[in-house]
Amino acid sequence: MSDVIGYILVAVGVLFNVFGCIGLVRFPDVYNRLQAATKCVTLGTVLLLAGVAIASGVGATAAKAIICAVFVLVTSPTAAHAIAKGAYASGVKLWDQTVVDKYAEQAKGETSRLA
Amino acid sequence: MRRLIYFVLAFLVWVLASWPFVDGQVDLQVIVAGVIASALAALLFHDILPKEHHVFVSPIRVFWMLAYIPVFFYYVIRANFDVVYRALHPAMPIKPGIVKIKTNLKTDSAITALANSITLTPGTLTVDLTDDGYLYVHWINVKSDDVEQATQAISTRFEWFLAKIFE
Repeated sequence: MSDVIGYILVAVGVLFNVFGCIGLVRFPDVYNRLQAATKCVTLGTVLLLAGVAIASGVGATAAKAIICAVFVLVTSPTAAHAIAKGAYASGVKLWDQTVVDKYAEQAKGETSRLA
Repeated sequence: MRRLIYFVLAFLVWVLASWPFVDGQVDLQVIVAGVIASALAALLFHDILPKEHHVFVSPIRVFWMLAYIPVFFYYVIRANFDVVYRALHPAMPIKPGIVKIKTNLKTDSAITALANSITLTPGTLTVDLTDDGYLYVHWINVKSDDVEQATQAISTRFEWFLAKIFE
């Protein structure tokens, strides 16, 4: 029974990863692509690891899978901030149909905490 | 106190990662190595780890932390369906932009948790934050570029929980 639930979770996780990659290809600029890459790939990977943990039962594999899931959840959005900020700082333009850019004023200032 | 809390946390991670329970017995070598490694980690790195270590020992804060997990996953799953919808829709209904929002959270850990929560939830990605409590957020479907209304739409639902956990 737990095998079946595990495999279903793995399948759903892979599906979310595929959708994330489709978004990565279709969206127009770095920032939108990061949105797809961060959200779908994070949830997809966490579901994959949860599926592995459930399918393998209590033990070393499950414990490692859960630790990996926690680290992915914490580090993946942090990496996304770093990439987004780095992209903006190095002059990557937003998409030409972007409606508002409040960050333009800040990028010139020096008050950033994420130096 | 802080070193002790981080020692316990590091040791917990060690035990989970190395899993020293073989055939119902505890492997003493692994435990000893874990104690040494965790003690070194706690002694050497306690001052670069988060300063809000008290949240791990306060039962009320741990309760709110556990209560936050289902709420967080609800928004993460909603965020994913949102992205999938926008990525697969032939017309690609996006209206992106970078807006500014205000946060009342003060401690570093709380702001980090808020920024990460915003990134993993529907249509938003934190780009930067300032010393005076503003965050710049990339929003895939901008509904308002006003600071107040954007804050209402993006961060209010997490701030309440994070204030309970960290402040």
